[in-house]
Amino acid sequence: MKQINLKKVLVLGSGALKIGEAGEFDYSGSQALKALREEGIETVLINPNIATVQTSEGIADHIYFLPIEPSFVEKIINKERPDGILLSFGGQTALNCGVELYRKGVFEKYGVEVLGTPVQAIIDTEDRELFVEKLNQIDVKTISSEACSNIDEARSAAERLGYPVILRAAYALGGLGSGFCDNEKELVELAEKAFSFSPQVLVEKSLRGWKEIEYEVVRDRYDNCITVCNMENFDPLGIHTGESIVIAPSQTLTNSEYHKLRELAIKIIRHIGIIGECNVQYALDPNSEDYRVIEVNARLSRSSALASKATGYPLAFVAAKLGLGYGLFELTNSITKKTSAFFEPALDYVVCKMPRWDLGKFRGVDHQLGSSMKSVGEVMAIGRTFEEALQKSLRMIGQGMHGFTDNKDIPINNRQELEQALQAPTDKRIFFIAKAMKMGYSIEKIQELTKIDLWFLQRLRNIYDTDLELAKVASLNQLSGELLLKAKRQGFSDFQIARALNLEKVFSSMDKAVLTVRERRKQLGIVPHIKQIDTLAAEYPAQTNYLYMTYNATSNDIEPPQDDKTIVVLGSGAYRIGSSVEFDWCVVQAVQTIRQNGYQAVMINYNPETVSTDYDMCDRLYFDELTFERVLDIMDAEKPKGTIISTGGQIPNNLAVRLDEQNVPILGTCARSIDNAEDRDKFSAMLDRIGVDQPEWSALTSKEDIQKFIKKVGFPVLVRPSYVLSGAAMNVCSSQEELDHFLELAAAVSKEHPVVVSKFMINTKEVEMDAVADKGEIIAYAISEHVEFAGVHSGDATIMFPAQKLYVETVRRIKKISGQIARELNISGPFNIQFLARDNEIKVIECNLRASRSFPFVSKVLKINLIDIATRIILGLDVQKPHKSLFDFDYVGVKASQFSFNRLHNTDPVLGVDMSSTGEVGCIGQDASSALLKAMLSVGTRIPQKGVLLSAGDPKDKASMLEPARLLSRKGYRIYATKGTSAFLSTYRIPNTQVFMDDEEGEPKVLRMLRDKDIDLVVSIPKIVDTDTVDNGYKVRRAAVDLNIPLLTNARLAAAFINAFCSIPIDDLDIDSWEELK
Amino acid sequence: MKQRKMTLRLDNGMCFHGTSFGYEGSAVGEVVFNTAMSGYPESLTDPSYAGQILVLTYPLIGNYGVPAFTMEKDGLATNMESEKIHVRGLVVSSYSDSYSHWNAVESLSEWLQREKIPALTGIDTRHLTKILREQGVMKGELILEEEVVESEEDYGDVNWVEKVSCKDVVTYNKGAGKKVVLVDCGVKHNIIRNLTRRGVEVIRIPWDFDFNTLQFDGLFLSNGPGDPDTCQAAVDNIRTFLNSSRIRPLMGICMGNQLLAKAAGGKVYKLPYGHRSHNQPVRMEGTNRCFITSQNHGFAVDAESLPDGWKPYFTNMNDGSNEGIRHVSRPWFSAQFHPEAASGPTDTEFLFDDFISLL
Repeated sequence: MKQINLKKVLVLGSGALKIGEAGEFDYSGSQALKALREEGIETVLINPNIATVQTSEGIADHIYFLPIEPSFVEKIINKERPDGILLSFGGQTALNCGVELYRKGVFEKYGVEVLGTPVQAIIDTEDRELFVEKLNQIDVKTISSEACSNIDEARSAAERLGYPVILRAAYALGGLGSGFCDNEKELVELAEKAFSFSPQVLVEKSLRGWKEIEYEVVRDRYDNCITVCNMENFDPLGIHTGESIVIAPSQTLTNSEYHKLRELAIKIIRHIGIIGECNVQYALDPNSEDYRVIEVNARLSRSSALASKATGYPLAFVAAKLGLGYGLFELTNSITKKTSAFFEPALDYVVCKMPRWDLGKFRGVDHQLGSSMKSVGEVMAIGRTFEEALQKSLRMIGQGMHGFTDNKDIPINNRQELEQALQAPTDKRIFFIAKAMKMGYSIEKIQELTKIDLWFLQRLRNIYDTDLELAKVASLNQLSGELLLKAKRQGFSDFQIARALNLEKVFSSMDKAVLTVRERRKQLGIVPHIKQIDTLAAEYPAQTNYLYMTYNATSNDIEPPQDDKTIVVLGSGAYRIGSSVEFDWCVVQAVQTIRQNGYQAVMINYNPETVSTDYDMCDRLYFDELTFERVLDIMDAEKPKGTIISTGGQIPNNLAVRLDEQNVPILGTCARSIDNAEDRDKFSAMLDRIGVDQPEWSALTSKEDIQKFIKKVGFPVLVRPSYVLSGAAMNVCSSQEELDHFLELAAAVSKEHPVVVSKFMINTKEVEMDAVADKGEIIAYAISEHVEFAGVHSGDATIMFPAQKLYVETVRRIKKISGQIARELNISGPFNIQFLARDNEIKVIECNLRASRSFPFVSKVLKINLIDIATRIILGLDVQKPHKSLFDFDYVGVKASQFSFNRLHNTDPVLGVDMSSTGEVGCIGQDASSALLKAMLSVGTRIPQKGVLLSAGDPKDKASMLEPARLLSRKGYRIYATKGTSAFLSTYRIPNTQVFMDDEEGEPKVLRMLRDKDIDLVVSIPKIVDTDTVDNGYKVRRAAVDLNIPLLTNARLAAAFINAFCSIPIDDLDIDSWEELK
Repeated sequence: MKQRKMTLRLDNGMCFHGTSFGYEGSAVGEVVFNTAMSGYPESLTDPSYAGQILVLTYPLIGNYGVPAFTMEKDGLATNMESEKIHVRGLVVSSYSDSYSHWNAVESLSEWLQREKIPALTGIDTRHLTKILREQGVMKGELILEEEVVESEEDYGDVNWVEKVSCKDVVTYNKGAGKKVVLVDCGVKHNIIRNLTRRGVEVIRIPWDFDFNTLQFDGLFLSNGPGDPDTCQAAVDNIRTFLNSSRIRPLMGICMGNQLLAKAAGGKVYKLPYGHRSHNQPVRMEGTNRCFITSQNHGFAVDAESLPDGWKPYFTNMNDGSNEGIRHVSRPWFSAQFHPEAASGPTDTEFLFDDFISLL
């Protein structure tokens, strides 16, 4: 029974998506809010991440788009007076904030009860020393190090711990003097060296090559415990679990190992006293049953979101209910709806999680994987063989791979280089394994180099061998049904089969080859089957709509109704730079509108960090690939009335033309229009035809043309291929040399679509039009303005809505042009146009006939759900134009970007035409400055207390620093500046101190000041085209990021931020909930 | 090894075609499914599977190979649950033809061949499981290619306990202290290990041996295969024990639960498809204590039929079936699930402590 009489509960979200904290917390928070609502409890949510589903209407009663930061949370507690608070649903951000509030006595002061796991238990798991001590109390082994001050001590410590050991020199930066020792001789040698520069060494047991295993454990207040899932990392210890390929359930553990670790997990959760959910990570010796506990996360985590999707067990929902005082035995299994929530799911499939990295987007970044996370998203694949799940997942990550085999060859032919790549894992290691097989390496040798369990390598070898078998087949007609079925059961796509058989040549087009394989396959009756995820391996009947497809089956679990009432929505796939939670919001809204209007909504998506893959959200969820092949398979099974491809971002958009050619009924704007907008050539011709201006551009099909073009417009130019998202492979080139270099790279991305070069415009505003049209007529729209000038990718830019500083004439022209384009392309549904504006001169940059990244932001600021309107139009329902007065309101929304440069070592943290932010927030204020301030604080920018460093290279940027510098000076800040900027400021009599680099003559040294935190805001503006990554500006910027000092690299944004915090005292910021803003 | 075709033909006429990966022969048995995700060496050697063809719903089997089939000094298997494989045949979706584990010495396929147990891979085990769930467990034949299968008695007509019980009295931990008589209806070795580990002498006797003639401090009723109605001799002996003027502790597991219920005067019935898994939730009656248990049974005690003085001890939280009984005042209790686990979760091992503390 619910024990606590709660009326109002506060939930803390996790803020902007960042590396290490992504969409999984939108999912867990949404589940928690659902659980509270079900109990009739009034809910308050704090989360500045405006693109999330949890911050949508109908999920929480009161929503605050404010920073998850103690002072703001306390103000909200004071205002709302909740009885309880949930801290464990918003990741580390919420947990840290909660611990701080607890330490400050805020909960006690306002009588707020912390629900679920007590704060002390959280502290016990977060503090390394307390944690080790706590587990020592129950004789559970942790990874501990012994401090030794001489060689004898080191020797006996190593003896106790058992070889191999790691020896680390204490107080030494960068791992100096550290290393592995396999025996006493090595230890003594290394220790001698270490003691020569450090008075102390730490001796730790080496767990190199140990297996990494996780358990998700749940406990209620009656001390009942279950482990919902265990997971095994494909990559052995040493790679952060967020960076590892993870398999559920464990594959290489015996019963004895499985249950030994399970029993320990339960012992630990009981001893720590968690009520709700926690995650226990182990290292397990691959040669015995010896183990160590790596860590315990006393909150919902990325792993718990994955476990929820992998098993169908709604961990966050159940954890929230347990926090309210329920026992597990009082809750039912939400899939079977008959059996108890006190049970452990039995899987009859295997799940493979694959991280998605975007390291290619960052200049100078280190690709090596290690103990800190770099991936920006993940995918989950379900299959009934490991091979099937793995190959699916490699396609799902969407980085141009077709599976384990049949990819573009990795240009390595030297064994040493290859072995290095196998030993020191990078984001591409799995493909180096394929390469190694090709180069004749045995799996035993690969095992030796990678330490990956042989079982996994044996499975990879199976795939490789099947590919060899396929390659021996002379033609498609000679491909036996048996071999074809075997390949499909191992997860080969039709594309892989076509490529292995070298059919591209035969059919002179890969598309045609793939379709021919498909046809042949269907003739032979080799088709995938639909299976359910039911938590109990078919032991009990389940009406579950949670589905996947597999070739390791001979029957379907369900037969979709063929009643012309089904609408399929294609999801957005893995979160990555450029496509993230905002598209999840869009597809969830579309699904809701579909269901509200009497249709069945079918969702296809494979991202475990999303709400759209919550089986509660739709009528049928296919947790499967968004490839052309799999979407067609699902179309064959569902025979839907229609398909919506305009809410899931670029992945579905890119399928439009090919699906249309296969007669898939696409709803909304037609595929031909989408192609006309996506293809620059066609789009440009259309703009010329209707008399709309655009930056001068040229298609790069011949070198002579490009030379002529550049002679005419001059550098800088913007170069990009068509069909890209988030500026992948897009760049500004300022010289011939750069241009030549870049074209080589871009051409490798896409051969079918020409690369275009356009005049790059500086000092120009960028304006966005997000709109919905019905048969070419605009029904609703939102015009927003970038704070930064063009040149900063729209996904990185700070955006104000409504636009604050545009001429009325500019707005009028933008509306007119948008109307023309909508008419010309006969748009029915959502679309976005980006404009350049300078002195009322308007140019169109691009147009996407789909929802854009900013749809949730503008919808929530407007309080008009643009996706709902778009979906109704797409469904052919009657839609009224919203009244004009709705577009007139007295507040401002600001969307700011979250960067994760601190995770990406060595990369230069500057903004450019290529997107690099990992998330965003959207805050609303009474005016532009207060909204901007809230937004900047929400992405972790702190208001400086001491000194500000100003550094601008470009004279124009120096000039723009003038006014902010005056404000800072007046406010009493100490201003520090680099040489040129200092001289400039001095000319204008702004007091400042010049700072120096370490290799320059003079004091103070800027890097030391940063380390000493004498400077607590860095404004460092690089020149627009700046390719030199080892310059001084880079060093300062990198140091600021590494030392966690707020950094601004755009002059316009810096000026706006400085102006905002100098003019508005932070305590004067309004604490208004979303519904209070009118 | 050349892959040979194999078919599972069910009594209802349905056929599942795949390939053979075990002994090259055919087999007949009652087809049952287990949803556990690990522990195939333990399951295959569990005597309670005697006469059955086991379907594993977890699709990837054989991954960690098979450990050495060695015996400890006391005659108990180091890694297994009895002296041999008891299942008649094994059915999986995807057999892993290569394996990897530090303590494996052979592949599952090699072991199955050595012990002459046919096995089938490459079929839709989820489909098969749904058939068994909907139509109940049924007889099935594993047919190697075109081989003719010899017909056999129906599973239900056989006294399986007699087939798997020990033939002679065996004593473990002789002289260790309190004496526990273990009625072997097909005992799993981990039950014996759990008793000897707790410092008692275990006298393992054949299922129909009249232990009432022996001197002992406590009685233990083991698990076992088949229909409890075929074990009348054991029931009679247990009833004598219950009626004895000397009250001594008793604990039963699985078949032991059913035999105790029958001896007390209760009834048992056959479940449509049994409980065979590692994730069965049970609740201790009258408390908020719940446990995840390992189970392997096709019959259940009818809790309604229990006479006065007896109460349900545990109840299944999924289907409400009985999971154990206890006497209201005397030190007698039993569990339908397997507190000794192996394979499966170890949540209820405390029942052994309870029993020992009563001695």
